[in-house]
Amino acid sequence: MSCIEQMKYTIHLQKISFKEAREYIEKNSDEVYYVSPGYKIFKDYYIIGIPPIAMGVKGNALVFPYTKPCHGSFVLSIDDEDSIKEINRLREAEKEKVTPSAKKSKPAESSRTSLSSYGDMWKN
Amino acid sequence: MTGAKVLLMMGCPEVPIQTSIALYLSHKLTKLGFDVTVAGTTAASKLLKVSDSDGYYVKKLVDLDKTIVDVIEKRTDFDMCFAFMHNDAGMTYATTMSSISQARMYSIVFGRNAEVLAETIEFDCEKIVAQDVHNPVRLKNKLDKVMEEIVK
Repeated sequence: MSCIEQMKYTIHLQKISFKEAREYIEKNSDEVYYVSPGYKIFKDYYIIGIPPIAMGVKGNALVFPYTKPCHGSFVLSIDDEDSIKEINRLREAEKEKVTPSAKKSKPAESSRTSLSSYGDMWKN
Repeated sequence: MTGAKVLLMMGCPEVPIQTSIALYLSHKLTKLGFDVTVAGTTAASKLLKVSDSDGYYVKKLVDLDKTIVDVIEKRTDFDMCFAFMHNDAGMTYATTMSSISQARMYSIVFGRNAEVLAETIEFDCEKIVAQDVHNPVRLKNKLDKVMEEIVK
């Protein structure tokens, strides 16, 4: 069981395809960032997904896909202190990219590289 | 290829032929000299464990999500990965594995929507497709040919 299931989350969509999850996040978020499969969020959840994986920001909530083998994909959001940290990490990583990407636009192939892991936040 | 590390990645066990094919493939590949690990969800693993209670066909049975984390964190990796899928979630897991692992990918696509599902696969892999739910023979025969090619 990942840490997500022990957190206070909101389910926006459930038992959908991964593509539907991506489209929902792109259409219903204030900001959208893209990460690679295996991107780590919160304490120990590694995103399962088909690249490019959309991560949405709505207010202080992180909106993200969550896939379970027997139940399909979900769109979840978490709105707490940890989600603010995760959003800041996505924004910082976006700033570090050479080419700034516009909001709600899919990134160029070169900008799909995996962002650093959650654990890196606490290094140094 | 003897000694090469092979991962069999089982998804939701809702479609019956997954368990029998996983047992068959694990045993055949082990007999051919491969180092086989089978990863599954909790339910898929329990089905396999009850079917093969003495571990005759499956020598290494591990948790699917933990294996993915181990590959991401570079604690392990495989030379080949056979990913079972009969739904979008299974395909999503296989895509994730293809992104994080160096393994050569084989997609075993089965169930009533196998052909449509196979068309949605975007990563580089060899597809073994059979639109079967209960009868594993057609899929087994296709996998026999794939194994023949691998050991050539």
